[in-house]
Amino acid sequence: MAVSQSVFGERHSAGIGRRIIAGLKLDGPLLAGLLAICAFGLVVLWSASGQNENLLMRQAIRIGVAFGVMVAVAQVPPKLLRLWSPWLFTIGLGLLVAVMIAGDFGKGAQRWLDVGIVRFQPSEIMKLAVPMMAAWYLHDRPLPPRFLELLVLLALVAAPVFLIAQQPDLGTALLVASAGLLVVLLGGLRLRLIFLLGVLTAALAPLLWHFMHDYQRRRVLTFLNPETDPLGAGYHIIQSKIAIGSGGLFGKGWGNGTQAQLEFLPERSTDFIFAVLGEEFGLIGLALLMLGYLFLIGRGLYIALQAQDTFTRLLAGSISLTFFVYMFVNTGMVTGLLPVVGVPLPLISYGGTSMVTLMAGFGILMAINGHRSLLAR
Amino acid sequence: MSTDRFKDHWREQHMFLGRLAFSAFAIVLLAGLVIYRLVDLQVVHFEHFSRLSQGNRVRLEPVPPVRGLLFDRNGRTLAENLPVYQLELIPEQVRDIDGTLAGLIDLGLLAEEELPRIKGQIRSQRRFEPTILRQRLGDEEAARFAVHRPRFTGVDIQARLARQYPLGESASHVIGYVGAVSENDLQRLDAANYAGTAQTGRIGAERAWEHLLHGSTGHRQLLVNAQGRMLQELDRSDAVPGRNVYLSIDLELQATAEEALQGRRGSVVAIDPRNGQVLALASLPGYDLNLFSMGISTAQYNELQNDIDQPLFNRALRGQYPPGSTIKPLLALAGLHYGVVHGGETIFCPGWFSLPNHSHRYRDWKKTGHGTINLQQSVAQSCDVYYYRLAVMLGIERMHDFLGLFGLGRPTGIDIPGEQPGLVPSRDWKRGAFRQPQDQAWFPGETVITGIGQGYMLATPLQLAHATAVLANRGRGFRPTLLAAVENPITGALEPLAPQPLPPLNVDPTQLEQAIDSMVAVVHGPRGTARATGQGAEWTIAGKTGTAQVIGIAQGEEYDESMVDERHRPHALFIAFAPAENPRIAVGVLVENGASGSGAAAPIARAVIDHWLPRAED
Repeated sequence: MAVSQSVFGERHSAGIGRRIIAGLKLDGPLLAGLLAICAFGLVVLWSASGQNENLLMRQAIRIGVAFGVMVAVAQVPPKLLRLWSPWLFTIGLGLLVAVMIAGDFGKGAQRWLDVGIVRFQPSEIMKLAVPMMAAWYLHDRPLPPRFLELLVLLALVAAPVFLIAQQPDLGTALLVASAGLLVVLLGGLRLRLIFLLGVLTAALAPLLWHFMHDYQRRRVLTFLNPETDPLGAGYHIIQSKIAIGSGGLFGKGWGNGTQAQLEFLPERSTDFIFAVLGEEFGLIGLALLMLGYLFLIGRGLYIALQAQDTFTRLLAGSISLTFFVYMFVNTGMVTGLLPVVGVPLPLISYGGTSMVTLMAGFGILMAINGHRSLLAR
Repeated sequence: MSTDRFKDHWREQHMFLGRLAFSAFAIVLLAGLVIYRLVDLQVVHFEHFSRLSQGNRVRLEPVPPVRGLLFDRNGRTLAENLPVYQLELIPEQVRDIDGTLAGLIDLGLLAEEELPRIKGQIRSQRRFEPTILRQRLGDEEAARFAVHRPRFTGVDIQARLARQYPLGESASHVIGYVGAVSENDLQRLDAANYAGTAQTGRIGAERAWEHLLHGSTGHRQLLVNAQGRMLQELDRSDAVPGRNVYLSIDLELQATAEEALQGRRGSVVAIDPRNGQVLALASLPGYDLNLFSMGISTAQYNELQNDIDQPLFNRALRGQYPPGSTIKPLLALAGLHYGVVHGGETIFCPGWFSLPNHSHRYRDWKKTGHGTINLQQSVAQSCDVYYYRLAVMLGIERMHDFLGLFGLGRPTGIDIPGEQPGLVPSRDWKRGAFRQPQDQAWFPGETVITGIGQGYMLATPLQLAHATAVLANRGRGFRPTLLAAVENPITGALEPLAPQPLPPLNVDPTQLEQAIDSMVAVVHGPRGTARATGQGAEWTIAGKTGTAQVIGIAQGEEYDESMVDERHRPHALFIAFAPAENPRIAVGVLVENGASGSGAAAPIARAVIDHWLPRAED
């Protein structure tokens, strides 16, 4: 590239790209990181899907659509986002209730809403609507919030989380809850209260157990001791650990992972794709991906730090940290550190709406960064 | 909004920075935890997981060898292998075993009564090894299953070789049968070599030469996926097929013996006295061997087991009967050997015998007595009084020792399992056999009746034939054997089995000839008890009749006039060999409740001899 040839040339050629990126309010580092991770994701998915071209094509299209959504969201001024927040939250809550009512007539888990041509999960909206709502609520208030305000915030987070957990979709409920609570945390929740919350959660665990579905309880028990049911619920974790462990430092090579290719590994192209990556690309591949993730998170936190008002600051921080929760829950689950919760590996796992939501989140980050006025208020 | 609180932007930003720093710290900590975990899995425990992963994808599958065939001495097939469809279930792959079995019953592929057996088998077997639900499916049944197969994960049809016995009932007790390999068998057999073997010899020749017939198991290293489906064969070592085994029996002679015995319960054993080879070994009634190799149902088995005629009972090896008068030639020889009688000397038979100072009269079968008779006449006419007297003169110990020389009272050592030893009583034996001191003493009267092969004395038809063969071959006996040759099915090399001589008897040859002459007189003499059987014979037959009293039926058994009468009749026995001067066959015949040795047993021996001698090799 021109980079090594001349300082002027570099400035000149980079200038065009920069102008386009700046004109579209995009963030160069974020864009580069996202493109690199998504490309790597397609490479892994090719192998994890058993060389399924159809599936790969669909995922590529999905990534394209998601990037489109990201670019679109990036154009929205953050002020507008803030004004829309209560509406988005209300609509999302209404859809969740609608899904719940519809679910009473259906059987089992009811997450999808059929809106003519598109089917989507209202719970996905909440991944962004809840932190937006919480940030909107705190925007004009002096921070740290008072106790009463905290209760209101908790209620705002708890209502959608409860509805989503009832669907039942523990994974999404967890992500929505952390997105909301992270806003509260960044908003200046006193450390004493965080500690108190931790104690309270521990105390409430038995109660939570009481309200859990049988399959959720089984997951917790299996997490505590996967070998008790090697062919049933523990099978996922055992096979996943074998896949990762047998990958070693350098991996077995692209497409050569026996655990994945011979289908010992369940959910290999969706929730457990991290294990495929670990088996075929080894510790090196996993560490590279983790570094990529941490780069995105770091950039997100930097944008949050640069943000100029409370709403954007809290929202950008929450989106970045939620992305980490995403990554941690999935990698923790696949490596056996956490119980099996249905959370896909962000940007890599094959799958529906979560990709679009994630990219919309990055779009918000870019909007916050791109619409900054030159002067601080 | 309250006015006493105002937004302090600088303070808020400062606090936000603190929170971000806290979050970044948490992120580094948690990401570090994941990395630490990855290093633990991929570097520290790499070997462990590598092994597990290898074990996941490679499966060692046994390749069972083809079982050797069984032939008669002329190469006629006694047992062969037939391809059959088996219905198998792999317990490990079935989530709901009860439901699956119920579904198969609904399809008419399983019988309700089989459930307990199958469930027992599933429990006793390793979970990843197939349990055989049905040994043999018909074509229509196999097709019916194939249609519904998607409903039955873990159940499949396997084409396997199953044992088939073309003769059905004939020679059933010699051939024996194979049955499913059980957990007990694996304790006894080399479990590794039987990893893929479904059936093992249970009884008879199938059991005796299991080690030759089985062969050795090969292995295939398979690349399998998570469902256990084979994707690729990585390596294989071929199985070595079992050896073909040739038995010494002659199928036609066997058929002749069985035909002659037809409708009776009894046994015929024919031995070549020159080498100990068993030419025929019949025990009737028999049973269809295919019932067992194809998986006998409980009902069928119970029916066989409870049959009053005991078809499963191998009378030739395991039936112990009083030998009766058939031991008289041997006792005559004993008398000569120990010098207590001489050939020329005569005694008077009044029809009864009493011990000195005893009033009890031991009766002769002929009430009027045989009058003045010598040794040869005593055998030919089967004079009881002569042998009452001879027994007393010999004493029980000398009788015991001498009869033992001919293999009576001990196993003959035949090469198929299950043989009973019979019994020749002695003082020592009686001391050990009874608990009460008053029962342990030997009484002189017991010696008397031992002289005519009654009392405690017992012998199997095989023992009678063997003793006859030893006598026929002039004291140079051989261990009776059924194994004639072993064939390597690949090279076709045939290894014949050498005869196994027993220590020759130290008996004076002229005395032997006297005993044999007396047996010739039984068949060919003017007053021989079997002279009717000797009519028109083309060869000199030496024989001896026997008629042994039966102990009454046990109390409490159902009383059926005709049945009880029939089963109260004495057993009929006959021993013979021919030609007397150069014997090529020795025969022992027993007909249960045949009433008369000369009437029921002797003609059977004659039929067997007549069939064999024209065909016998010189």
